[in-house]
Amino acid sequence: MENTDRIEKKVTLRASRSRVWRAITDAKEFGEWFRVKLEGPFAEGTTVRGKVTYPGYEHLNFEMVVERIEPERYFAYRWHPYAIDPKVDYSSEPTTLVEFRLAEAEGGILLTIVESGFDRIPLARRAEAFRMNAEGWTEQTKNIDRYVSQG
Amino acid sequence: MSRKASAAAAKLTEAAPVFAALGDATRLGVVVRLCNDGPLSISHLSDGSKVTRQAITKHLHALAEAGLVRDTRRGRERIWNLEPRGLEPARRCLDQISEQWNVAIDRLRSLVERES
Repeated sequence: MENTDRIEKKVTLRASRSRVWRAITDAKEFGEWFRVKLEGPFAEGTTVRGKVTYPGYEHLNFEMVVERIEPERYFAYRWHPYAIDPKVDYSSEPTTLVEFRLAEAEGGILLTIVESGFDRIPLARRAEAFRMNAEGWTEQTKNIDRYVSQG
Repeated sequence: MSRKASAAAAKLTEAAPVFAALGDATRLGVVVRLCNDGPLSISHLSDGSKVTRQAITKHLHALAEAGLVRDTRRGRERIWNLEPRGLEPARRCLDQISEQWNVAIDRLRSLVERES
């Protein structure tokens, strides 16, 4: 069976290392592409809170704990991937780790994103989240369609 | 609503019973047992378990309803086996998160490549 614990993404971005680094670690820029409005800057060991700006999900709070920052090379944070019920306190539940790695590539920067730790998230929690989310997903997929067709 | 969108929602709804069925420690234990040692009869499954035979039977029926196990009759006994295809919808949920990353990465790309 396939790995159910982690998701890995690799992408080559035609931009300089410092540009990619800023887009990932400047809280305002991160929020722009991740669709979240964050309250504070990223610093190792700090909890950064904010509001989701994804259409249809604006009622959700966003929270991440910055794990490690190695300038222009590595950035990692933890968060609760299925935290979609604003009434539930997720703080005692396991988190997933999201890691960004930057490497030189021809014509740009190879960015590797790994999100891991899904196997520790209780299955019951996932079930509940997905049940609650089924309607939301319909809406979200529509938003994705709209975004992509805009180019 | 686009057809693609309703298909995505339908997939998630389909996965919910699987997660619910697996969201119980005993049931998850039964699945793991069948995965490692199956096919097994109920008496084999309840051997060395703190859970009663009746409880195991109930859990097996819940798992069967979610499409995760099936039984065949061997003489007087029922033998239970894993239905690996039943886990497919659960796996697809991870695909959905993976897809969210793809969309976010597309936005990241247009942000950083815009100015260069």
